[in-house]
Amino acid sequence: MGLALMAVIWVITLASTYFFVAKTWWLPVGAAEAAHFIDGQLALTFVLMGIVFLAAQLSLGYIVWRYRQQPSSPPVQYSHGNTKLEILWTVLTTILFVGLNLMGSRVWASQRFDQAGPGAVQVEVTGMQFAWYFRYPGLDGKYGATSPKLMDPSAGGEAAVGLNTNDPAAKDDVVTGTMYLPLDREVDVSLRAVDVIHSFFVPSLRFKQDAVPGLNIHMHFKPTAIGEYEIACAELCGLGHYKMHGMVHVVSQEDFDKWLAAREAEKQ
Amino acid sequence: MATAATVHSHAPQGFIRKYIFSLDHKVIGIQYFFLALTAVWVGMFLSLLMRIHLYWPNAVLPLVGEIKPETYLSLLTMHGTIMVFFVLTTAPQGGFGNYFLPIQIGAPDMAFPVLNMLSFWTTFVAFVTIIAAFFVTGGAPLHGWTGYAPLSALPSAGPGEQLGADLWITSIAIFCLASLMGALNFITTTLDLRAKGMTLMRMPLTVWSWFITAILGLLAFGVLLSAGILLLMDRNLGTSFYVPLVVVNGQIMGHKGGSPLLWQHLFWFFGHPEVYIAILPGMGVTSQILSTFSRKPIFGYKAMVYAMLAIGFFGFMVWGHHMFMSGMSPYSAFAFSLLTMCIGVPSAIKTFNWLGTMWKGHIRFQTPMLYAIGFVSLFVSGGLSGPFLAQPVLDIQLHDTYFVVGHFHLIMGVAAIFGMFAATYYWFPKMFGRMMNETWGRVHFFITLAGTYAIFMPMHYLGIAGGTRRYSQYTEVAYLQKLMPIHQFMTYAAIITIAAQFIFVINLFWSMFKGPKASDNPWEATTLEWTTATPPPHDNFGGKTPVVNHGPYEYGVPGAARDYVMQTDPATTTAH
Repeated sequence: MGLALMAVIWVITLASTYFFVAKTWWLPVGAAEAAHFIDGQLALTFVLMGIVFLAAQLSLGYIVWRYRQQPSSPPVQYSHGNTKLEILWTVLTTILFVGLNLMGSRVWASQRFDQAGPGAVQVEVTGMQFAWYFRYPGLDGKYGATSPKLMDPSAGGEAAVGLNTNDPAAKDDVVTGTMYLPLDREVDVSLRAVDVIHSFFVPSLRFKQDAVPGLNIHMHFKPTAIGEYEIACAELCGLGHYKMHGMVHVVSQEDFDKWLAAREAEKQ
Repeated sequence: MATAATVHSHAPQGFIRKYIFSLDHKVIGIQYFFLALTAVWVGMFLSLLMRIHLYWPNAVLPLVGEIKPETYLSLLTMHGTIMVFFVLTTAPQGGFGNYFLPIQIGAPDMAFPVLNMLSFWTTFVAFVTIIAAFFVTGGAPLHGWTGYAPLSALPSAGPGEQLGADLWITSIAIFCLASLMGALNFITTTLDLRAKGMTLMRMPLTVWSWFITAILGLLAFGVLLSAGILLLMDRNLGTSFYVPLVVVNGQIMGHKGGSPLLWQHLFWFFGHPEVYIAILPGMGVTSQILSTFSRKPIFGYKAMVYAMLAIGFFGFMVWGHHMFMSGMSPYSAFAFSLLTMCIGVPSAIKTFNWLGTMWKGHIRFQTPMLYAIGFVSLFVSGGLSGPFLAQPVLDIQLHDTYFVVGHFHLIMGVAAIFGMFAATYYWFPKMFGRMMNETWGRVHFFITLAGTYAIFMPMHYLGIAGGTRRYSQYTEVAYLQKLMPIHQFMTYAAIITIAAQFIFVINLFWSMFKGPKASDNPWEATTLEWTTATPPPHDNFGGKTPVVNHGPYEYGVPGAARDYVMQTDPATTTAH
């Protein structure tokens, strides 16, 4: 029985570890500046926790086999513990966990403590059951006013986010269903939700943030690779949660300018 | 206080007073056990439907018909709620705690037997209430077991958010009341009704775990009860605690100024300690069983007690780690993250001590021991994904993905359930006077261990790849479609593992009537429940009051007549 148990625990442990090491399923290739730091911290955590996982599980398997009761077993070690050992592993675990935390916190601070710089591209992201809308302030750099009274999700576009077209600042606002971003420019996203909580999750850009009704949450990131990236809603928002999907197109600055100009032209 | 419990020392004779509205903590414990057993089959059936739907989205299933997206969300909401409240909170504490806490401290009953009975029947009402949500117009709610507002607060936000959601929150509120009654009883009993010589540091670790769990329950359930009442008011009385001005489907709702984050703070202030409410009794019973079946004293008894106290203490200061992506201040995320890492330390201490207990022991592999060893393995596996999720920066990728689902299922789901299995196989002889079948117990164990790993380990791979949770189908997003093979593997694993649970139930009921008769102390254990008759008489010790002379885990004592010294053995025996 001891041998069978050891074998099962070891096989489970090694099989689980294999897929983490082989990276059969893994993060999508990072396409934003933060990916480097986030992936590094994730890898570091995997190595450290992986060592602890292997050590704990393999020794658990070994101990249950090695110390199974047999006629030849020597008398058990009558012991109520060992204070020095307790102190040793308490201190070691504290150093490991707190150290890991402090290293991760540096990355967190770089992502979330500062606001976007002045040259950042402004995009407002609005979540509603069950679509994402993206608004660009246009040439004046100012978002026009919106009003809950004007929101009409069935009409889509500007009407969905309730844009007040009488506001002069709204004249050049562009509202789209696909997010376009220029390469290598910081993006200042402003997240809103009109009905329930949604979460704007773009795995390739290593970006996730809840959009919360009543809050206007500012975040920033910088795309670093041209491509099309999927958005998946990450907060349960109702029956259409699974299809609250969208796309981010990261294009060159030139293509971005052309795209935005074309949208402005359509409005006129 | 001791007199309060002795007023009903004569066993009641009528069927109703003896088995239905019983004041006997042992009968109430068994009632809780069977309530949880019923609930776990309901919860498991719901999860089976979910897994089948994820594999075959268009299948029309018996009993439920076609599973629409909202049906799927109702299944997951009810699965989570039923499992967390009516299984993980009910069986370890209400079931085994009720039955064995008084016996293990040498008391004739709980301090407040009537309150104990009320607590069970209130829990029962809560269970009936939540089951009713399936059968009302609109069906069960779809907002998840965490019930985030405004989704949970707006009847127009989706199907199931009408009467179903009212029943859901009402059931939880009733459950909170029941748990508060239970918690008061456990705390008073532990403090006041211990037998002579049963000092705090001679209490079995099971008693410590139930005692600390009761304190957590007393502090946590009150907050959830208040939060639930506010939610009911938002839903039905037009208040705006959790709902700001929102527009649902083009309609302006009549709310203004509420905070969706307030619900999250209140919910997780309960919700995180709840994790420990589910797992602490499992830690207690694992410690008890590892020591008994290794024939060795528990390694570091005091460290185990302090570790549980530390877990209970820190458990109330880490709730914000559920909210790193919620819009909460990134600075407070920093603090919550650090405190969360700290709670990993006492958890690690416990694991080291469990390994130390088995080290150089004489391990006997009866089924309770297999499950206790399985608990340690699952606790390590589920625990080590904690330091990932405790780092806000990694939650940018992992929050609300299957990585989280895998983490909490391994640690608070399956590990806690392994604790319950261990407890069932261990105490069944005392509760029902017969032994369970060992061979089928082992078969059940190996399939369940391998099966649960096969279900829940792949969830981590899904999560790393960005596999979002709570999606009724993975067909709408291209990168999620590529992960379907993992889902399909998990579905097969779930079907096999669930099938294996029939082995357990058949073994349980067959052994109850046909199992070989159990002796008073079949495992050669030391704590007080093994000193009395099997099953114990109405007043637990047949009119005698035990006197305790020894600590709870005196195994392999050099110079003793046999390899263990029971807690009531004369003080002259060479042990402390």
